[in-house]
Amino acid sequence: MPLNAANVYFSGWGRYGCILCEAYRPEHHFELSALLTSPPKSFIPRGLGRSYGDAAMNKDGAVLDLSRMNRMRSFEAETGVLECEGGVSLAEILDVFVPRGFFLPVTPGTKFVTVAGAIANDVHGKNHHCDGTFTQFVDAIGLWTPARGIITCSRHENSDIFWATAGGVGLTGVLLWARLRLLPVESAYMRVDYQRCSHLDEALAAMEASDKNYRYSVAWVDCLARGGSLGRSILMRGNHAPVNYLPEKARRSPFRLPRRTKLAVPVDFPGFVLNPYSIKAFNTLFYAKNRNAQDVIVDYDQYFYPLDGILQWNRLYGKKGFVQYQATFPPDGRTGLVRMLERLASSGRASFLAVLKCFGESNPGLLSHPMPGYTLTLDIPNTPGLIEFAASLDRLLLEYGGRLYLAKDALTQPETFSEMYPQLGAFREIKAQLDPDRILTSSLSRRLCLDG
Amino acid sequence: MTSAYPKSVVILGALSGVARYIADEFARRGFSLILAERDMAELELIAADMRVRHSIACYCLEFDALRYDDHAQFVRQCAETLGETPGGVVLCFGFMADQTQAQRDFSTARRTLEVNFIGAVSILEHFAAAFEERGNGFIAGLSSVAGDRGRKANYIYGAAKGGLSIYLQGLRNRLYASGVQVTTVKPGFMDTPMTYGMELPKPLVAAPDIAGRAIVRAILKGKNVIYVLFFWRYIMWIIKSIPEWQFKKMSI
Repeated sequence: MPLNAANVYFSGWGRYGCILCEAYRPEHHFELSALLTSPPKSFIPRGLGRSYGDAAMNKDGAVLDLSRMNRMRSFEAETGVLECEGGVSLAEILDVFVPRGFFLPVTPGTKFVTVAGAIANDVHGKNHHCDGTFTQFVDAIGLWTPARGIITCSRHENSDIFWATAGGVGLTGVLLWARLRLLPVESAYMRVDYQRCSHLDEALAAMEASDKNYRYSVAWVDCLARGGSLGRSILMRGNHAPVNYLPEKARRSPFRLPRRTKLAVPVDFPGFVLNPYSIKAFNTLFYAKNRNAQDVIVDYDQYFYPLDGILQWNRLYGKKGFVQYQATFPPDGRTGLVRMLERLASSGRASFLAVLKCFGESNPGLLSHPMPGYTLTLDIPNTPGLIEFAASLDRLLLEYGGRLYLAKDALTQPETFSEMYPQLGAFREIKAQLDPDRILTSSLSRRLCLDG
Repeated sequence: MTSAYPKSVVILGALSGVARYIADEFARRGFSLILAERDMAELELIAADMRVRHSIACYCLEFDALRYDDHAQFVRQCAETLGETPGGVVLCFGFMADQTQAQRDFSTARRTLEVNFIGAVSILEHFAAAFEERGNGFIAGLSSVAGDRGRKANYIYGAAKGGLSIYLQGLRNRLYASGVQVTTVKPGFMDTPMTYGMELPKPLVAAPDIAGRAIVRAILKGKNVIYVLFFWRYIMWIIKSIPEWQFKKMSI
């Protein structure tokens, strides 16, 4: 039975721009195979829609929603190797495997992403400085490509395609399945140290000195603080908690989390709710509330996914949405980071949440984002002048040899992007071999001319 | 509930929209599963998923709602596979064609009636006999709110599902004495392939995992008739209470 096309409105998680696309959501293998046998003229796979920009949107083309192709295929308890379809979400993996003593090897700040999406954006987490990206824990993938049909790719087999697919935002093919290595853990809890840093320099110095003692490290930054307290932050660094560190009650069932009711944002907030004053108040309070504390035991949901507790938090920014801006500066681009924070603080385009992290080594992924240095992530509400402001940040970033992250980007220009990613040419070559007729395209790939 | 039945369940039509989520919820509660459908290759994918996620026994059996003559054998096969008569059965298969097509083309109308009603009666009678003999068990059938009142938009499908609802009602009445519970499920809108892309008011549409959980909970609690989202009961109550002289003029 052929799959019916539906018309569905899609936007990125930032809800900046919303378009009507022809959409397909197969639930069975035979439906997906039939669709790929005679594919639409242009389509892009989509998972749970957590990319902030237009990576999984396709104006004038089709969107292939693969969130229901989410069957797990096999699991080996001795090695922690899970083989599953691309639509399996990280939340599902946690639900199934944390009780058996396994955690995700790498997780972004939301668990509502699919495995395929995690690979296509080569996501990173708070452990990038020691473990690298998600794809580095992927042993093999099954990829449908327009020119070569279904192929298996890994570090050893079709490795050029493997590394083009890592961070290739869905443009190399449809990711059917993946084999990944989960991380054995002793409990569902984290042992976290909180440290207040009154200035950016202090935060960066602390990270440099002691990040190596923590598997996970991230800093929340008050990007409205200026002058002497520019970049004041709270470092939140931790490790998986061994059982003997847990409080008595948790020790009895170390993998069970306390039940929590989920909050949801039921409607779009009016645009004025998040204004520079309310955000400033929030940031000041947040900074004041968090004191230095050692060895705090929190469960993994609290540590990794604070925002997932509030469903559809993106509605806080109102109907017009927001963009997320993630800028990574190389190690010698520290001055650029300071200038970017200064520009933000003085612009009045407040960010509710700003996050700072030190990256470790990059991987061979052609469009993979992380590179050694500092990465700063902020939300910028969609208010007049946004495009010019973002362009000015882009210029600053380029000046210091930094780069943007495709999973977040909604606004940058093709020239800017190609300057940031010198391997774009190599990516285009592989893309041309795999997809000569340019079937796999998205709003993002057209905006940034990713397929040449 | 009455006495304890074996912790196993047969899912008929296991590839249909919400069936996988019902199976998942049973598996989460430690039930062994038999998944039944025509397409064995596709079933095996779901079975593997159930085994990985829940570490339970999950079997696949070929089943065709329209091959009435094979139904008695199918029930025996279930018992052989599990080593005992299963604890219960959930009927999830169904067939919904476009109403205008069913009006014009009798073969479509006939298929609608056969799959949704005749096929259901045929297979459930065999399970009913087995459970009645044992003296416990449960039978649940996915009917539809479309069977609550005939509307021009889908009355052929509605008639078949309405027939199924009446059938389950009678079956419940008959099996009460032997301790077998019969549950009629009226899902309302669920976010399945059937409704994907339809412009429906979001709060009226149940996410399939939530629907699956609600359905299994209701079955295990021994409910008689459930609407997946509670307010559908009131929506349908209102729709059912509109007088016929008025209803026939309406388009809802």
